[in-house]
Amino acid sequence: METIVEKSLEEQFEAKIANEIRIEPKDWMPEQYRKTLIRQISQHAHSEIVGMLPEGNWITRAPSLKRKAILLSKVQDEAGHGLYLYSAAETLGASRDQMIADLHSGKAKYSSIFNYPTLSWADIGAIGWLVDGAAIMNQVPLCRTSYGPYARAMVRVCKEESFHQRQGFEIMMTLCNGAPAQKKMAQEAFNRWWWPTLMMFGPKDDESPNTEQSMRWKIKRFTNDELRQRFVDMMVPQAEFLGLTVPDPDLKWNEAKNGYDFGEVNWEEFWNVVKGNGPCNKDRIQTRVKAHEEGAWVREAALAHAQKRSQREAANQAK
Amino acid sequence: MELAHTTNTAAQNYSPELRELLFQYTLQLADTSLILGHRLSEWCGHGPILEQDLAMANISLDLLGETRSLYQYAAELEGQGRTEDDLAYLREAVEYRNPLLVEQPNGDFADTILRQFLFDGFHYLLLKKLQNCSDQRLAAIATKSFKEASYHLKWSSEWVIRLGDGTEESKRRIEKALDRLWRYSGELFQMTPVEQELHKAGFLPDYAQLKQQWDEHVAKVFAEATLEVPQNVFMQLGGKTGMHTEHLGYLLAELQYLQRAYPGLEW
Repeated sequence: METIVEKSLEEQFEAKIANEIRIEPKDWMPEQYRKTLIRQISQHAHSEIVGMLPEGNWITRAPSLKRKAILLSKVQDEAGHGLYLYSAAETLGASRDQMIADLHSGKAKYSSIFNYPTLSWADIGAIGWLVDGAAIMNQVPLCRTSYGPYARAMVRVCKEESFHQRQGFEIMMTLCNGAPAQKKMAQEAFNRWWWPTLMMFGPKDDESPNTEQSMRWKIKRFTNDELRQRFVDMMVPQAEFLGLTVPDPDLKWNEAKNGYDFGEVNWEEFWNVVKGNGPCNKDRIQTRVKAHEEGAWVREAALAHAQKRSQREAANQAK
Repeated sequence: MELAHTTNTAAQNYSPELRELLFQYTLQLADTSLILGHRLSEWCGHGPILEQDLAMANISLDLLGETRSLYQYAAELEGQGRTEDDLAYLREAVEYRNPLLVEQPNGDFADTILRQFLFDGFHYLLLKKLQNCSDQRLAAIATKSFKEASYHLKWSSEWVIRLGDGTEESKRRIEKALDRLWRYSGELFQMTPVEQELHKAGFLPDYAQLKQQWDEHVAKVFAEATLEVPQNVFMQLGGKTGMHTEHLGYLLAELQYLQRAYPGLEW
């Protein structure tokens, strides 16, 4: 009996996926679909929160009041994205406390790109231009992902991300049109961020264990390598426009495929950073854990006060 | 930004002395919002709760917005071709005119909340009055910022109550913050010679009256927070006339780093 019911539920689910009907929180879904989504959405939320740190590193040193306000507002947007993504994951039955505990213990991952340091002001431009550019490539297809709350969160996230990318490009353009010291700063930042950004699309297709199932369930719409190629094709002309040199001697236009051929990503570095050996992995997690632990008494106080208040209100109503 | 286009015929008719006084005062207000906004921005990414991280960034952004309008106006009043960034990035600590309270380090969340609460009450009451200032630009800036300051005061008052009437630990921490910071609250209401002149000329309200309203609000919030209002505390003064605590120099070293390292460039 149970198996027949399950089978028909699964058929309904598959039919919805096939017909591009969104899956909503109360709908039946295969356990593996739920798990995959919780993993992906929480990872995405964590990336927003950890991602506040490398850029936050320059808020207090931004070179003008306008830049300071724009950067602070951008980092604040990321906190907001983290919030709606945690909420989207909560609709699948995950708790925020558990997700945060998994981040702190190292069980949950976040985008490796945030394990690289921001060494100069130009890194803020490079992150906005390249990293947010890559994030948009990854995220625009997610606006059509099969799970409703995730897709809707992504629509909002993508709108803000495209503003972030423009501000990053504008910082780079100002530096590239500026003094030689500024142009040098821009080129150095570009050299630092180009390869790690290409790594953001994940391992090569033949080494990406989750891609196939995620494509079938329409959680993912394009493969890692497809997105990486598109990104390179989009960014090379922008770098040329800025007068920056792409740090890849193998980069060349391939007329036949109507795209660029480019060098091999350093996969050893990629896996090392994933495993926790990137330049900032330890610092980033320690910073998050510290903020969380030092904030414990604040959260306890807020809870204790709310309880006192509701007890008093209940007592007043009883009178 | 639109404020910059407001025609301000009054400002053009000011005597050089009055212009100078208004320049000094506008600079003092701008320095104050900048330094507090900067302090709050140091929390970004490190807050105790994600929602409060957002709230502090919001308040910081409001203060930075106010800062920019004020520096832009100060630069116009001065008429020496300096820009908002020149005023923020190229003055020394002794030239800054913010009260000591706002430059105090963030400490723990209780210190940050209390610093904010003590300031917000003053800021709210001052802006409420400045909305009717006979200087049109200051009145316009105050009108915009008053709405924001009302929200800031609500936020910090609620947190003082939560921390005071929360757990034993939160109460101990907010009491410690009071012990550290209360001594800087008096300066907010202590009129400098510039403020006295502008009060006489009818531009500024009577701070004694603001102080009375501030005392009432503090007493009300502290009662709810089960906190005692400190009595007979010696008040530290000096920030508004350039005698700062040692903290300001480090804050400015960080804030001004790029402009100092690469003079005269556009960013």
